[in-house]
Amino acid sequence: MAPEAATTPLPDRAQTGVTMVQAINDALALALERDPTTLLFGEDVGLLGGVFRASDGLQERFGPERVFDTPLAESGIMGLAIGLALGGMRPVAELQFAGFLYPALDQIMSHLGRYRHRTRGRFSLPVVVRAPYGGGVHTPEQHADSPEGVLASVPGVKVVIPSSPARAKGLLLAAIADPDPVFFLEAIKLYRSQREVIEADYYTYPLGQARVVRGGNAVTLVSYGGMVDVCLKAAEVAAREGVELEVIDLETLVPLDEATILESVKRTGRVVVVYEAPRSGGFGAEVVARLAEGALYYLEAPIVRVAGWDAPYPPFTTLEHHYRPDAQRVLAAVRRVLTA
Amino acid sequence: MDTVRFVPANGEVAGSLPLGDDELVAGYMAVARARHFDERAVVLQRQGRLGVYAPYRGQEAAQVGTAMALAPHDWLVPSYRESAAALTHGLPLSQLVLYWRAHAEGWRYPEDVRVLPFYIPIATQLPQAVGLAVAGRFHREPWVVMAYVGDGGTSEGDFHEALNFAAVLRAPVVFVVQNNGWAISVPTERQMANVRVADRALGYGMPGVRVDGNDYVACLVTARTAVARARAGDGPTLIEAVTYRLAPHTTSDDPHRYRDEVETARREAEEPLGRLRAVLSARGLWDVERETAFMAELDEELGAALAVADATPEPRAVSIVEHVFAEPWPDQRRAMEALDGA
Repeated sequence: MAPEAATTPLPDRAQTGVTMVQAINDALALALERDPTTLLFGEDVGLLGGVFRASDGLQERFGPERVFDTPLAESGIMGLAIGLALGGMRPVAELQFAGFLYPALDQIMSHLGRYRHRTRGRFSLPVVVRAPYGGGVHTPEQHADSPEGVLASVPGVKVVIPSSPARAKGLLLAAIADPDPVFFLEAIKLYRSQREVIEADYYTYPLGQARVVRGGNAVTLVSYGGMVDVCLKAAEVAAREGVELEVIDLETLVPLDEATILESVKRTGRVVVVYEAPRSGGFGAEVVARLAEGALYYLEAPIVRVAGWDAPYPPFTTLEHHYRPDAQRVLAAVRRVLTA
Repeated sequence: MDTVRFVPANGEVAGSLPLGDDELVAGYMAVARARHFDERAVVLQRQGRLGVYAPYRGQEAAQVGTAMALAPHDWLVPSYRESAAALTHGLPLSQLVLYWRAHAEGWRYPEDVRVLPFYIPIATQLPQAVGLAVAGRFHREPWVVMAYVGDGGTSEGDFHEALNFAAVLRAPVVFVVQNNGWAISVPTERQMANVRVADRALGYGMPGVRVDGNDYVACLVTARTAVARARAGDGPTLIEAVTYRLAPHTTSDDPHRYRDEVETARREAEEPLGRLRAVLSARGLWDVERETAFMAELDEELGAALAVADATPEPRAVSIVEHVFAEPWPDQRRAMEALDGA
């Protein structure tokens, strides 16, 4: 196919921008175009183009040898990806929902994160695993899990979670170029909730760097993925009352950019950590631990977490907003740290 | 489905064999080399010169015979009991010694050795073997993958997923199930209701072959057919090599607790090395002098490998945090600093 197909923006793109799922599709097309060893596969990613259409049109464009459907088995998909990488390929696997990745945990924990180490560097596994995660769109049971904390606890795998179309494209391309395994979790809520004008060409954003998405001096909000929007909304409301909240988007959970968080918290002295996974043992707990180790004497108030409850994510219902943190809950936490 | 066998347990072959004299001698030497290492390894473990070791006594023909069907550019994917297969496909003896000493230097195989590291989590190697096989299609010289698992491993979900993926993707992979009768203490008949593993191939849409795993000739001939089929693009094969684990599960295991070792001794009569030697002797291809000379060669080879292993410096503490990522990030660097000099 002509390379122009990937680099020419769609007619409306320059004006209205693209959704995150389109930006991901863009990144996948560019990766497939640039490197013939890149392969894309998973359940329903070929003919259908993925249940969220992230791989829409890619099988047609790059052929069924490079973009293909697998049988319905997550451990098999993960093992296939590892084996392909051992054989010199650059596999990009899709797990249909992050809540369905548990059958693959043996492959992930026993091998994906361990291979370089147990072969003393002979083998690299440049594997990217994409998986939609999180709630906010009334999905059925098991479809809204946020297992990033489980993945972040596995030595040897990186975890990246974008919060916007432009960031998703640049981070996904960086993940695919990375020599190590990367989990790339995509907030389902963000797939189509925002549009952004993005660069049509290939570009990357560095992994391992957090980003201050809104500057402020009163309280630091630390979040990632689908919770960044929530924090920004809270910051807008607070600003109307003259309280400037600083919002940090971690983007990469592993390796964690501790310096950016510590710098901010040392300046504000107050911090709220926001994540939608169950509160106990979630990745936010790791952030809090790092702050306790590195910034305790700078704190003016106890650290507060706003997270999902220690209960399974509620399916379908209108009750979802009681589970998934929203701007109101974040603002309540902000009030707590400001009045402590 | 009959079990493929050319040489009966007593080694008395009525007609001709589908292997030439040179192939028979080469096969015997490879099987004898495998036996030699295994016997010495158990002793070395008892002397504290190896760590916990997984012996394979009785399974040499199943491993060596199948591995001998591979070309050098093919890949071998072992579980932890496949030291014999790995040796046959080119893993240096010193590397094997270092591996079983849990020495970090034993973990990195030479670049030109197409053997993956031993897999301990059961059957997890199989889906990866399929991926490796599919990857071969994208290379100028496509390779075939031979992947090993035990009878116990066939109970794992990964066994099923791998065989299904391989068949659907027509992957050039040969699955070798060494049905050695035991998964630690659980006998095959308590592992599966149909103890004929090869029967399962039908369900996956691939050929399944049951072979006498103690008959080197049968193992090699069967594996060659499967490898040729994979190389031709006709997809995977399931080979069930019926053998017997004459040894304990590992050097830490005590089989007296779960099986009658009188029966084990009886099964010694079916072991593969003596059977193959009988074939060679009957054909005038081997005698006591050659045996004695060859054993001396093997002693010398192992002695040299042990010397290499003994001369390898003790690993530094910092090695336990190396090679986690291509580039160490701040947390790793901190760990390295903490362990450097420890």
